[in-house]
Amino acid sequence: MHIIESGNVAAASGVKLARAQVIAAYPITPQTPLTEKLSEFVDAGEMQAEYIPVESEHSALAVCIAASSTGARAFTATSANGLLYMVEQVHWAAGARLPIVMCVVNRGIGAPWTVWNDHQDSISQRDAGWIQLYACDHQQIIDTVIQAFLLAETVSIPVMVCYDGYLLSHTYMPFDVPDPDKVDEFLPAFKPAYALDPKQPANLNTVTLPDIRPDVRGNLAPGYMEIRHNLHVDLRRAIDKVAEIDARFQKIFNRGGHPFIEPYCCEDADFIAVCLGSLSYQLRDVVDELREEGLKAGVAGLRLYRPFPEQAMVELLAKAKGVVVFEKALSYGNQGALFTDIKAALYPGPARPFVKNFILGLGGREIKTADLLKTFREACTQGPASIDTPQWIGLKL
Amino acid sequence: MSVNSTILSLPEEELVHPGNRACAGCGLSILYRIGLKALGRNTILVVPPSCLTVLQGLYPIAATQLPCLNVTFASTGAAATGVIGALKALGKTDITVAAWAGDGGTADIGIQSLSGACERGENFIFICYDNEAYMNTGVQRSGTTPQGVITTTTPIRGKLQPKKDVPAIMAAHNLNYVATGTAAYPLDFYDKIMKAKTITGPKYFHLQTPCPAGWGFDPRYSVKIGRLAVESGLFDLYEIEHGEFRLTGASLKLLGKKRQPVAAYFESQSRFRALTEEMIADIQKQVDEKWAGYEQKMAKKMKE
Repeated sequence: MHIIESGNVAAASGVKLARAQVIAAYPITPQTPLTEKLSEFVDAGEMQAEYIPVESEHSALAVCIAASSTGARAFTATSANGLLYMVEQVHWAAGARLPIVMCVVNRGIGAPWTVWNDHQDSISQRDAGWIQLYACDHQQIIDTVIQAFLLAETVSIPVMVCYDGYLLSHTYMPFDVPDPDKVDEFLPAFKPAYALDPKQPANLNTVTLPDIRPDVRGNLAPGYMEIRHNLHVDLRRAIDKVAEIDARFQKIFNRGGHPFIEPYCCEDADFIAVCLGSLSYQLRDVVDELREEGLKAGVAGLRLYRPFPEQAMVELLAKAKGVVVFEKALSYGNQGALFTDIKAALYPGPARPFVKNFILGLGGREIKTADLLKTFREACTQGPASIDTPQWIGLKL
Repeated sequence: MSVNSTILSLPEEELVHPGNRACAGCGLSILYRIGLKALGRNTILVVPPSCLTVLQGLYPIAATQLPCLNVTFASTGAAATGVIGALKALGKTDITVAAWAGDGGTADIGIQSLSGACERGENFIFICYDNEAYMNTGVQRSGTTPQGVITTTTPIRGKLQPKKDVPAIMAAHNLNYVATGTAAYPLDFYDKIMKAKTITGPKYFHLQTPCPAGWGFDPRYSVKIGRLAVESGLFDLYEIEHGEFRLTGASLKLLGKKRQPVAAYFESQSRFRALTEEMIADIQKQVDEKWAGYEQKMAKKMKE
C-alpha cells in the first residue's frame, strides 16, 4: 500500500511491521515524531508491544539491552546528543551481542546547540561494534528498518539505521508500506541465542579476566580479547549477510539490489562522488548536469558504513580517475572518516584514483546544488593536483 | 511485621555458592545469602558495578544460582524495567525482578534511572546495600557516606557533608513499600523481602552492610558493629508500607529503652577518627531528637 508520510512515520511503520516487542525512547528533535507515532500505535492497540517512556537516552538503551537479554525484540531511536548520552550503552549492546535496532535520525551535535542535520552523531559511533546502515529516502527507511531486525538477529549484533534529520525525517514522500503477511514471512519471530531464565540461570556480562580461564568443569572459556575478536570477525561476516538479506528482501518485495553501495551512472564514470544519506540523491542532479557537459561523472551512496564493504568499494572505484568524498562529518584535526576509509581501501590496489575530501552541511548549513556542481566539476577537471584536505563547501568566513 | 522467621524456618537451599569472592566479614554477603533465600529461584537479578559484581564471581565462574544481568553503573533501574517489559511482552508474569546495587549505584550515579523506574511504577524490588562509600574502587566518599568519615577522597578532615537520606527520597516517590535492613539482623530483612514480594509496584530496600576494610574494624565484629549502629539509634530498622511508617525488629524494641551512646559506635571504627568531641556531641543531640520524635509518634499512636 502506498502512502504519503514523513520519514519518521516510515521508520515507525517499519518497527510496527517488524513486531518489536519492547520500545523505549526519550524524545529528542528530530527523532521525536518517530517515538510519538510508536507510542500512538501501542496506545491504540495497533501494535502489541511494551512502550516504555524512559527518563533518558542512557536508560532507553538500558531498557533495550535488558529486554533483548530477556528474549524480546527491542527498538529505540535517538539523535545527536541523545546518542552521545547513551554512548556507554551503545558499546555495551555490541559487546553483549544483542540484536537491538536503533534509528539514528542524524543531527549535528553541540556545542553550540544545533538541531539541524549532519552526520557527526552516528559517525562518532562508527567504532562501537554496531552495524551502520544509511537510508537515502523514505522507502529505504521503512525497508531498512525491517531488514535491520533480521540482520541483527542473524548475526547477534545491534544495527543502527541512520537517516537525515529534517531532510528525510520531516519531509513527506510517497512510499510503499509492505504487506504485513509478507513481512512476517521475511522476518520470523525473534529466537534469542540466550535469554535470562530462572530455569537456566546464567550470570551475563560478568567481569572477564585478561586471559582465558577454565570453568568449574575444566573447559576453557574465552577471555575479553577472544570475545572482542569474535565480535570483529562476526561483523566482517555480516557483510555477506547484508547481501543475503537484501537478496531475500528483493525476492519477496521486489526492491533492493544494492546492499552495500547504491551507484548512479558509475559504470563508465571517470569521476565518482561518494557520500552517505540523502545527499547522494541530490548529487544525482549534479551528475546529470556534468554528463551533459561531457564529464563522465557518477555518484555512489554508501548504504553499509560499518562493517565497511571494502571490496565492493574498491570494485566500484578502482577504474575511476578520481573520487570525491562529500561528508557531513569530520574527524576533527584530521579528515572526514569516510574519506580516510576509502583511501585506506584503495591503497593496496594497483590503480589508485586521486581522492578528494569536501566537508559540507554541518549543523544543517544549506547544501546548494549549484555549489555541489561547481565543486565536483572543479575537483574533476583539476585532477590529482594536491589540495589541502579537507576542503569546506558553503563556508562563509 | 506479620511474619517472624527464625533461622530454623529459612529455606535450607543455598542459592549462593560457598567460596565466593567477598572479603572476610562482608556485611553484604550475609544479606545476599539470606536475601536470595527470600527472593527464591524464580527471580532475575540486575546488578550494576559494585562489590556484588566481584562477589558473584569472575567469568566463567559464578557464585549465584539465579539468572543475573550485569549492567552499566547508571542504568540499574532502567535495566530492571527492560527485564520487566520483556517478561510482560513474553507473557511471563510470575518472575520476581530484583535489582541489587551499592550506595553509589543507588544514591549517586544510579539515582536517575532508579527514580525513573519508580515514577513509572515498575513492579520490582530495588535493594541498595549501603556500605557508606565506594568500597569496590577503594573507599572513596559517596552520597551516603556519613559526615566526618575518613575515606580516600576525604582523607584528612573527613566528609564535610551529611549523609543523603535515600529511603526518604524513595518514600517521596509514594512507593507502596520502603524498608531498611542491616546485616546485623538478617531475619528482619528476610521477612521484609517476603512481604515485598506480595506488594505490587516498586519496592525499595536500604540495607546497612558493615565493611571491615572500608570502615576500619576487625572482620569478626561486622555483626557486632551493625548491632551497635541500631542500638545507638544511628541506623533504624523501619518500613513504610503504603505511606505508613513503623519501626521494626531491634529498633522497635529500642522504644522506651536506653540507647547505646553514639560515641561507642564511632570508637569501634577507624573511619570516624576525624570526629571531634563537639561533632560527636552534636550527632548525639540529633539522634536524641530523632528518637524523641519516634517516642512522640508512638505515644500518639497508643492514644489513638
